[in-house]
Amino acid sequence: MTMTQTLEISNRADARPKGAIRTVLGMLWRDKFALAAAIFLLIIIACAVFGPMLFGDAALSQNLRSRNLPPFSIKNGWLYTMGADSLGRPLLPRVVVAARNTILIAAGAVLCSSVVGALLGLVAGYSSPRVSNVVMRLADVIMSFPSLLLAVIVLYMLSPSVGNLIIVLAITRIPVYLRTTRAEVLEIRQRMFVEAAQVMGASSRRIVFRHILPMVIPTLVTIATLDFAFVMLAESSLSFLGIGIQPPEITWGLMVSQGKQYLATAWWLAFWPGLAIILTTMSLNLLSNWMRIVLDPAQRWRLEIGGKSNG
Amino acid sequence: MADHLLEVRNLSVQFHTAGGIVKAVRDISWHLDRGETLAILGESGSGKSVSASAIMNLIDMPPGEITSGQILFEGRDLLTMPAGERRLVNGKRIAMIFQDPLGHLNPVYTVGWQLVETMRVHGSRKDEAERRALELLTRVGIPSPRDAMGKYPHQFSGGQRQRVMIAMALAMKPDIVIADEPTTALDVTVQAEVLALLDELQSETGMGLLLITHDLGVVAEVADRVVVMNAGEIVETGTPDAVYHNPQHPYTRKLIAAAPGRGEIHEPSGNGEPLLRVVGMTKSYGAFQALKHASFDLQPGETMAVVGESGSGKSTLARCLLRLEQADSGEALWKGRDLLSMPPKELFGLRRQIQMVFQDPTQSLNPRMSVYDLIAEAWMIHPEILPKNQWRERVNELLSQVGLLPEHARRYPHQFSGGQRQRIAIARALALQPELIVCDEAVSALDVSIQAQVIALLDKLRRELKIAFIFIAHDLPVVRDFADHVMVMKTGEIVELGTAREIFENPRQDYTRRLLAAGLDPDPEIQRKRSEERERLSA
Repeated sequence: MTMTQTLEISNRADARPKGAIRTVLGMLWRDKFALAAAIFLLIIIACAVFGPMLFGDAALSQNLRSRNLPPFSIKNGWLYTMGADSLGRPLLPRVVVAARNTILIAAGAVLCSSVVGALLGLVAGYSSPRVSNVVMRLADVIMSFPSLLLAVIVLYMLSPSVGNLIIVLAITRIPVYLRTTRAEVLEIRQRMFVEAAQVMGASSRRIVFRHILPMVIPTLVTIATLDFAFVMLAESSLSFLGIGIQPPEITWGLMVSQGKQYLATAWWLAFWPGLAIILTTMSLNLLSNWMRIVLDPAQRWRLEIGGKSNG
Repeated sequence: MADHLLEVRNLSVQFHTAGGIVKAVRDISWHLDRGETLAILGESGSGKSVSASAIMNLIDMPPGEITSGQILFEGRDLLTMPAGERRLVNGKRIAMIFQDPLGHLNPVYTVGWQLVETMRVHGSRKDEAERRALELLTRVGIPSPRDAMGKYPHQFSGGQRQRVMIAMALAMKPDIVIADEPTTALDVTVQAEVLALLDELQSETGMGLLLITHDLGVVAEVADRVVVMNAGEIVETGTPDAVYHNPQHPYTRKLIAAAPGRGEIHEPSGNGEPLLRVVGMTKSYGAFQALKHASFDLQPGETMAVVGESGSGKSTLARCLLRLEQADSGEALWKGRDLLSMPPKELFGLRRQIQMVFQDPTQSLNPRMSVYDLIAEAWMIHPEILPKNQWRERVNELLSQVGLLPEHARRYPHQFSGGQRQRIAIARALALQPELIVCDEAVSALDVSIQAQVIALLDKLRRELKIAFIFIAHDLPVVRDFADHVMVMKTGEIVELGTAREIFENPRQDYTRRLLAAGLDPDPEIQRKRSEERERLSA
């Protein structure tokens, strides 16, 4: 039943071997949510790259006459369409400029923690029980330490720069990836295709990277996108304690925490950066969902045939 | 019309899938009378289970849709019956036994609790239900039933679990029991016992038994009538004798011809220097001895069949030979060098000479690799076999050698049927140009006609490439026309070892005889003789 169905589809897929990029774009086109997410993320990246260059000055120019100016008025120029903050700085350019620091810190921390966590997880899952135990206890130590406390200690000793912030946030998030990876590896290494590779004489490195890692990656990507939002907010609480990013540098997280006290009177102060965080995380999530399907040969047909998918 | 206990009339079921509408069954009709055993015979994908699912209201709608037909139970149409009434019929009047008892028993409750619960949801009093549960466990032959009530499903063997499932199905004294492949997951000897039990219970209670199976032998053993299904349609109906001896439809003929154990028995030809000599190989897990002093010789190009029930140590033997497990003692001399104590470096060189084909190709092929990648991986690991520019050509060659098409190289495993997947696994093994292939239950999971094709393929490869095989199976007929030597194993020991002719025509050990008698023959006449033989042996 499913046989005939999949064969038909694969025949169609076989019939047109197109360029890889075109195929991927075609699959993106078929999932409209993922497409919207990808476009949004491109805009955010553009903001991060060009924002400070274009609006760097506007974001910092204070104008006490327009303190807490409500949004949706173009009286003071289009820069003020999102309103202004407690020092009269226009919010629109501030959100745009803050994208750079936010994305840099969040992406850096998530990337570092997921790569290191995944590698340690692969080691813990595939090597001898002794090595595995050492790695796992290490993760326990990190986990048992309150992450904020760790950050305070480290950043107290080092200067609170973007680089150090990335390292601190990355370290506190490593156990999440480590534990997930290890658990998956323990299950996958028992599967028969791993044994089949052993019989062929495959080295441990080949088995881990060619057979096990591709099965773990979809899970890791999903966790990473969720972690993105967590890191953005964690960074803001560090800023709040005075050891994260310091004004006049700005991040979305910092803007949210600064706007929190005005929530009753001027909601837009926290709302716009908050919206940016939510939309970014949601876009990443939608895109990772799409990617999970693309990476799985057994699921890919859903995006190849178009139309409604009955998932 | 209403005199049949259960009647399915012109039933059509279709499924809406992304690939379009799939018609699972088309316009099928059959009936079941009181005290009768009806077998629905068909291979996977033939739609044999769909009508049973329709009866039990187990079809997911959507994507499933019943487009036409009636299911009459005592003259009333189940399909138009209100949901509340239908629940009273399901489980109470019509009960079902599944293929995989472990999957259908809740692992966190005791067997006794689950039995009692089944009866209580249908309104029995607690003490009465407990009394009946005990009675049922005794009846289905569970040893010391009073203790068994307090045990959990995992504490029983596969055969006992299936007995528990039967007890559960019988709890409400149903008029009809539907058994969906009830013995497929069981050993041959256990299968024979479970079928005998079902047969006895049926004559005791006078219930109607609907047996869904892919095995002609099961049909020959218990069925009164048989319905043969292919591609969603009924191709033939009749008594097992009539269908077997006088098949009308070409599909039925094909199915009967594919039954294993009909061809010539091989005579081993080679003698001289053995390719592999195993001496006193032993392996234990803790206190459990999985393999006890196994010793045998294998000549180049010959086939050694290893037959035994589950837990007999046959897979352990293969895994130790391939160094997937470390044997405790003994030696395995491969062309004079000991495989078991070989350092990893030397072993790596030998890997390409000894390959393995696993039981379930769905699991032994990495789902994220294309067929080309799967086969070419062999040369990535052993680059000395073939220069890279010839890989594509060689993959195409191997694919045609195992009966697939070169354009299949771009596809992924899930796009193939079970039999085709096993061919891919064989092609992968051949890529390394091995001298010995170990097949661990390589055809057990396949349909009968596919099984015959894969065995024919292996036979062809053996003749053309002079590859030696160690062929592990739990089923004796399968190895009959393929093996040169047969090794019968029981609880880690080699009970009997001889040429295929010796084992099949003149077995010396009782255990071998019992195994032979437990095997189900598709010919109802032969099967009746076997049943008598089996009773004689057990008496």
